[in-house]
Amino acid sequence: MNTTLAFLGQFGGAIEFIFEERESVGGGVQVGGLGEIGELTATHLLVSAVAVVVACAISIPIGLYLGHKGRGEFAAISVSNVGRAVPAIVLLFFFIAFVGNGFTNVCIVLILLAIPPILTNTYVGVRQVQPDIVDAARGMGMTGPQIVRRVRLPLAMPTIFAGIRTSAVSVLATATIGTFANLQTLGEPILVPQQYGFEGALGAAIVVALITVAADAGIGLMQRAVTPKGIKLAEEPQFKQKRLSLPTRRREAST
Amino acid sequence: MTFEPLIAQLQTRDRSEESGCVVDDGLCPDWIVDNFDRYVDPFWQHVFLTVTPVLIGFVIAFSLALLAHRRSWLVGPIASVTGTLYTIPSVAFFFLLQPITGLGNTTAIVALVCYTLLIIFRNVITGLAAVPEEAKDAARGMGLTDRQMLWRVELPLALPEILAGVRIATTTTVGLAALAFLAGGGGLGQELDQDPFFKSNVVVAGGLCILLAALLDLIILTIQRFTTGWQRAAA
Amino acid sequence: MTRSLRLILSALAALALAFGAVACGSDDEDEGGGGGGGGGASSGNLIESDPANAKTSITVGSKNFDEQYILGEIYAQALEAAGFKVDKKLNLGSEQIAYKALQSGQVDAYPEYTGTSLTSFFDVKTDDVPKDPDAAYELAKKEYAAKDITALPRTSFENTYRIATTKEKQESLLKGAKTVSEVAELPNASDISIAGFPECRQRTDCLLGLKALYKWTPKFVADEGKYDPIDKDRADLGFVFSTDGELTLGKYAIVEDDKNLFPPYNISFGVRNDTLQKMGDAGQQVIIDVQEPLTEAAMQELNSRVSLDKEEPEAVAKAYLQEEGFIE
Repeated sequence: MNTTLAFLGQFGGAIEFIFEERESVGGGVQVGGLGEIGELTATHLLVSAVAVVVACAISIPIGLYLGHKGRGEFAAISVSNVGRAVPAIVLLFFFIAFVGNGFTNVCIVLILLAIPPILTNTYVGVRQVQPDIVDAARGMGMTGPQIVRRVRLPLAMPTIFAGIRTSAVSVLATATIGTFANLQTLGEPILVPQQYGFEGALGAAIVVALITVAADAGIGLMQRAVTPKGIKLAEEPQFKQKRLSLPTRRREAST
Repeated sequence: MTFEPLIAQLQTRDRSEESGCVVDDGLCPDWIVDNFDRYVDPFWQHVFLTVTPVLIGFVIAFSLALLAHRRSWLVGPIASVTGTLYTIPSVAFFFLLQPITGLGNTTAIVALVCYTLLIIFRNVITGLAAVPEEAKDAARGMGLTDRQMLWRVELPLALPEILAGVRIATTTTVGLAALAFLAGGGGLGQELDQDPFFKSNVVVAGGLCILLAALLDLIILTIQRFTTGWQRAAA
Repeated sequence: MTRSLRLILSALAALALAFGAVACGSDDEDEGGGGGGGGGASSGNLIESDPANAKTSITVGSKNFDEQYILGEIYAQALEAAGFKVDKKLNLGSEQIAYKALQSGQVDAYPEYTGTSLTSFFDVKTDDVPKDPDAAYELAKKEYAAKDITALPRTSFENTYRIATTKEKQESLLKGAKTVSEVAELPNASDISIAGFPECRQRTDCLLGLKALYKWTPKFVADEGKYDPIDKDRADLGFVFSTDGELTLGKYAIVEDDKNLFPPYNISFGVRNDTLQKMGDAGQQVIIDVQEPLTEAAMQELNSRVSLDKEEPEAVAKAYLQEEGFIE
């Protein structure tokens, strides 16, 4: 199709946009180039990273506690489900009234977006630790918090990290709406195509996709580093599923 | 043709003394009740923009998963492709498809379908992989062919995981469909965009999204409970 | 677990029922304008429906803000009254998307501002745009003609940028400055913040124009609201539009563009030539007639009905056509 060929041609233009400055569609100012893309990427990554880290700091302890006690499953999972449905853009405008524009606003919205997958996965990961293992630990004389820290947490690591990866991908994709709240992220060329041009929007989208893939892989590496050796060895037979880095051993893991 | 003096005909309202909920962009129950019908069409459009992509995405992802089930070398590539689609920011997707699919429902639905693929694909694969060997052995022992085993043993056992994936895909799509207005797709996001600072509007548009997600989630959960009743009975 | 599940199920079912009741129960209320419907409407204005038009289908588009919705609805409903089959594709998006849609035939016509078309489509630098509205219109018409599009005669009103602030801030922050030049000379000029849509950052007829013409570099705040940021102190000043209803409220003070930075922005209904032929002279006249009463004050009133009274553009357009006597 004619338009598809033209689209492929614009792909090259988009790559150019990333590296070279050009005049805006309306004229009068230079857009694009590594300098601007670099700045936008830096802001994009910063607000996303802060959001994911804070979300972890909030969700993991709560998930660990609830999972260990076995309470609040319905609430945890429902909040998570419903939380996924609230459009980030609604939250953005909602918060403008309370925290105004800018970094804080966008960060809070992204934190709320990141919490559900991490919370659910932490809870489920902890729940799924086999009761005999917990019993053995108790038999060895460990207290509650010790059990959580030394037994449940390491065994739940793969699931928790799966949640963090999901959150990271969502957050990186959603940080694009920062433009509506006066935060210039990689969403800027996408939401202002009338000045950056179609190739500008495409270029920025490519950069977002790339950093998302990189972040996903990076968190995967972190997961590898933090998983205790014993578990890594035990995981080997299920190597095939490991590529998806999914909770493989349980059935209800992904509610 | 001469026209009579215009302002005499177009009734100019006196707003200089106005105060009150609506003018202040507040949360106004009266206004909401009076104007609720303007959200009805966008609501159903939003339902359409959620259910259609999930159904189409399910058909595609399910077929891909069945394909990859016995050919594990396919899992990696398919996961990568669907995963890459997933990483494209939705905002970008709605704009970038326009040269190919134009404005309107088609663009919105194509983009939304792409986001459901990874989630559903993953869950079908994982669900099938988690089927206990004993069940498969028993099936083979009973003389079932591979195909029969798939449809009569593996899939039913994998159903909870599959439906869990459909639930996630559905609720996620409700949220993403709020941006469909960027592709000319309408929906509740359009209502929000038209007056994002009118609190009543934000609450109704956003609230309806949540309500829709909860309803759809519950419907799928109910289906899940009905179709896997035998599991609970066994447990 | 089943208990709480049942509870929630019933609650949601009840909500769904209530929703259904409201949805089905309420009629399509005709939100007419205040007061009676056009006392003294001259019957000469009434649009006549020509049965021959029924075989012509016209798709009317618009961009994505209030005034555009209203104008799109007015033109669309007027053409409908004349007997044409009208499809509405309002909310196309920014002008780039709207122009593409017009060129590709996705829409047959939409209302565009002369200044915008010159700077955004036809590569005319802001400084080179003729300041005279007629000259600007003629130039735009010429450029459109080269693309097989006819720009119908322009409206008398224009919707240009204005810079607004609250009356208090004009006293306290701007020390009573009334023109942009005066503001640019204030000692704290570069600390002053101004709000505008995100695209304003790169527009030569917006933020960049302030820098170039007035040598003033305020802090820019990208915001989706126009008056909300000024009211809620997210910014000191704001780029607003001259036909905004809020300007009639008496709360805001305008800082005058004394050096004439902004080009003319009159509306011209741009129609594809193939559609124009099918519309015929009578169809064209409908457009010219129906936009005649649109003065700045009239637009402010119509915009107010949408942005302040929260009415729907479709209803507001219908009321306008009724009050002016174009339709019953």
